[in-house]
Amino acid sequence: MIINHPILGPRDSSEFVYLGDATLLKRPDWQAEDAAEQFYDYLHTRDNPAGLHRELWYHEQGDRSWLVVTRDTVTHEITKVELARDVARTGGSA
Amino acid sequence: MSQVNRLDGGLIDRSETYSFRFDSTYHKGHKGDTLASALLANGVRLMGRSFKYHRPRGPMTAGSEEPNAIVELREGARKEPNTRATTAELYDGLRAASQNRWPSLAFDAMEINDLLSNFFAAGFYYKTFMWPAAFWEKVYEPIIRRAAGLGSLSSQDDPDDYDKGFLHCDLLIIGGGPAGLAAALTAGESGARVILCDEDFLIGGRLNFETYDVGGQSGAAWAAETVARLQTMPNVRVMPRTTVIGAFDHGIYGAVERVSDHLPVPQEGKPRQILWRITSTRAILCAGATERPIVFENNDRPGIMQASAIRAYANRWAVTPAQQVAIFTNNDDGHRTASDLVSKGVEVVSVIDTRQDALISTDYDVIAGGVIDQTWGRLGLKQIEVKMPKGGIRRIKCGALGVSGGWNPNVHLTCHQRGRPVWDEALSAFVPGGALPPGMTVAGAANGVFSTHGALNSGAETAKAALSDLGMTSKAPTLPDAEDTPVRITPFWHVKSAKRAWVDQQNDVTAKDIKLAHQENFRSVEHLKRYTTLGMATDQGKTSNVAGLAIMAEVAGKAIPEVGTTMFRPPYAPTAMGVFAGRAWGKDVRPTRLTPSHKWAEEQGAVFTESGLWLRAQWYPKAGETHWRESCDREVLQTRKSVGVCDVTSLGKIDVQGADAATFLNLVYCNGMAKIPVGKVRYGLMLREDGFVMDDGTAARLAEDHFVVTTTTANAVGVYRHMEFVRQCLCPDMDVQLISTTEAWAQFAVAGPNSRALLRKIVDPGVDLSNDAFPFMACAEVTICGGLRARLFRISFSGELAYEIAVPTRYGDALIRRLMTAGEEFDVVPYGLEALNVMRIEKGHVTANELNGTTTALNLGMGRMVSKTKDSIGSVLSERPGMNEEDALKLVGLKPVDLSNNVPAGAHLLTKGAKVTATNDQGYVTSACYSPNLGHHIALGFLKSGDSRIGEVIRLVSPLTGVDHEVEVVSAHFLDPEGERLRA
Repeated sequence: MIINHPILGPRDSSEFVYLGDATLLKRPDWQAEDAAEQFYDYLHTRDNPAGLHRELWYHEQGDRSWLVVTRDTVTHEITKVELARDVARTGGSA
Repeated sequence: MSQVNRLDGGLIDRSETYSFRFDSTYHKGHKGDTLASALLANGVRLMGRSFKYHRPRGPMTAGSEEPNAIVELREGARKEPNTRATTAELYDGLRAASQNRWPSLAFDAMEINDLLSNFFAAGFYYKTFMWPAAFWEKVYEPIIRRAAGLGSLSSQDDPDDYDKGFLHCDLLIIGGGPAGLAAALTAGESGARVILCDEDFLIGGRLNFETYDVGGQSGAAWAAETVARLQTMPNVRVMPRTTVIGAFDHGIYGAVERVSDHLPVPQEGKPRQILWRITSTRAILCAGATERPIVFENNDRPGIMQASAIRAYANRWAVTPAQQVAIFTNNDDGHRTASDLVSKGVEVVSVIDTRQDALISTDYDVIAGGVIDQTWGRLGLKQIEVKMPKGGIRRIKCGALGVSGGWNPNVHLTCHQRGRPVWDEALSAFVPGGALPPGMTVAGAANGVFSTHGALNSGAETAKAALSDLGMTSKAPTLPDAEDTPVRITPFWHVKSAKRAWVDQQNDVTAKDIKLAHQENFRSVEHLKRYTTLGMATDQGKTSNVAGLAIMAEVAGKAIPEVGTTMFRPPYAPTAMGVFAGRAWGKDVRPTRLTPSHKWAEEQGAVFTESGLWLRAQWYPKAGETHWRESCDREVLQTRKSVGVCDVTSLGKIDVQGADAATFLNLVYCNGMAKIPVGKVRYGLMLREDGFVMDDGTAARLAEDHFVVTTTTANAVGVYRHMEFVRQCLCPDMDVQLISTTEAWAQFAVAGPNSRALLRKIVDPGVDLSNDAFPFMACAEVTICGGLRARLFRISFSGELAYEIAVPTRYGDALIRRLMTAGEEFDVVPYGLEALNVMRIEKGHVTANELNGTTTALNLGMGRMVSKTKDSIGSVLSERPGMNEEDALKLVGLKPVDLSNNVPAGAHLLTKGAKVTATNDQGYVTSACYSPNLGHHIALGFLKSGDSRIGEVIRLVSPLTGVDHEVEVVSAHFLDPEGERLRA
């Protein structure tokens, strides 16, 4: 697979480390009433879509950027690649 | 008799004669031969034994789809089992041996399996070897493995190199037959970057096997001329002997180039094979088609082959498998073999055509509407029996039988992602369908266009379309005139009266097995495949799948498209494991990292051990020491008595800078980090978000906005990755920067009562090292040895008065030498990992053995470190009830009641008198050693409610090592529990 890094251009996926669902950007508030429930969901419950999936990749053999990659889990087509930092600044949503 | 079956003509070079050996017999062949063609030329049809029934077998094909003629190639360390004689290029001195037979190919004792065939039908494993269960591993499996084997390994290291390489192009063309060559010409002339791969050593595909003219010359001559022209184009790379084995995501193709397999040994500096990763914007699959068999009684005898293979051997290699040949066909193409053989002077005894409206020829006898009822000849075909259309049997003597059941497009690579081939009624074959790999199109016979004219045009047009996608313009080259024969076929899959008729010859699957599978309700094609193993051999059923599906469809009363087809997976052709490893094997499987003191340690005769990627000194033997414990005990005692030095560079170091550095670390570590004063170090515990311990280390505050944190050696990479995740993904607006400086600083622990005295001789005079000025947990940037910048930390893993001193890596070697010279007056010792481990166990400090991914801060006795007044990773979930139970495991020290006993790591702990059962398990030992200071073995471990059981005698059990004795629960701090030494 080729990941089109927003700064470095197309890079081979072997340079990256995969983490998982980009919902990990939305870490709950530790002081919420139901913090334990929220953290449980945050950490363990995931959608498993056949289709578009936003996921975190880390350019470990590169510039050490965390990226949010939008990938179709059926075709592996990658339609969007963003710096996770930029996504996190907007609250972790698309 | 030499080369009795060699004919005139062909594309071999008769001026070069090669001598080779198959089993114990020497033969001669020519340059341009394959092992199979040379053996056939010498009258050898028997080349192997079948997988299950040990039936005598000869080549069925002339290419990589071969199921039968599978041999061990080469000898000694270069021996390669399970290679196909039909693709092995002949060279002078080649050695090959038949496999899966004993004692010899012609007399194989395991042929008895054939007589027991009823016993070995589909699913026999599941039905037969059921009882007793204990027999499976020890009795049944070894017997089955020995009987149903393939080749044997050399069991020696492969002396040859395998390489990996990367290529990029606009257009990859897979296959160099008429379609591929026309596509390459079109694209090459347009200026696009083109790669043309072909698995054969002679590019041209079927053009080299056929006699039709192409543009007024032979097809082979046109192919040679075209290849020569392509090779002059700087934008075209022509790669013979290169098999494209897989179509992967985003236009990436895997290809194996056999650089040296056609040579006795690779040339100096050349690899045997190269695995290429080709990234291509567009690809055209021109992989051709494979002729499929008709299934009939005893259709697997040596001499029974694809009709097109017999034609290929005659036209390209000037070889016939026998002097009398018969043909069995359901289509016009079978007749082409007959007429080619006649023109080569081979006697065609009969063409048996299943069709009533068969072509009639004046050159050979045709039996229209006949079928083959039986064949004879144990080690090679001698006679066939034909069921005549008007009744009766006719016996015909012949040494070879060409079978043509029609052609299957080679759709394999179209299926490597989501392609699903579709049934073409007119061709009676599956053609590419569904979603092809993005960027791939298909041309020529692979797309069901079987005539030479059609293939040439299809190749050129497909290339034009691909180039136009890329925004390039091209003009179609002037294509030569060529034959344009239509396909005429009446499907005929198998002779129904047959009792033992082979569908998949490599896995010995018969038509009866398929019927049996259906009868036993294995009705989906995927179940059929797995139950009978149809198509699951190394040839992936290239010659057998479609016939198998057709028989299944017939039994089920369905049409073939309703039954569907199974998928093909990479690799397209069997591929040697060595090429996937490339150069990454043995010590090169990963890099080796050396500490800055490595050279010096080598000079001292240190023994090294792997610690992740690092090589670290394990102990430093002195003259006269014969056991590692002697060295280790000495290093421990001398360090505790005076001073010792240890290279601790491999621990991870992360530089954290920025206005928000302290706030950031407060989130990463579960204990408070924000309020560390400048010039102080604090121990930090890091949790995963699920509340379990991730790692530990120290954080040293060098300035208001500057920290250096350490990680364990094992977790250096993972912790840095995690901290970048927290920084970029969880606190994107913080002013904080991270960089790994593990390699930038050489760091040494200097430990023992004389460590301060030793450092006074190293550190520049202006630095006050007194206990008041530089107390326990102090840190500072200092200069040493007259101006060299360094970092000094007063931290202690050993429990002694100790420091860690760091200098830029390039000074690491000089510093260890300086420390050793300066320390002579204190009898300084270097100590290795073993002594480091003993000292930290004596002190009750934890390492990876205790931070094993299943333990919590509470388990480690650090539960109170998890701050409840701030947010930190893992703090919320560390409060889950299951992780805070009353009887949670707690870190304890263990000491044997009988002091002569040891306490092995991994042993389990039980209440005294309890039976050894899993439910009675109370904990386990994590770290153990002999303590030279205490004079007996000691250990650390986790015990249920361990902190409240100090003094209790419990049972220690290790069934694996036969240990079962009593140990006393003690504090984990065996030595200096008050910490007086390290504050001295």
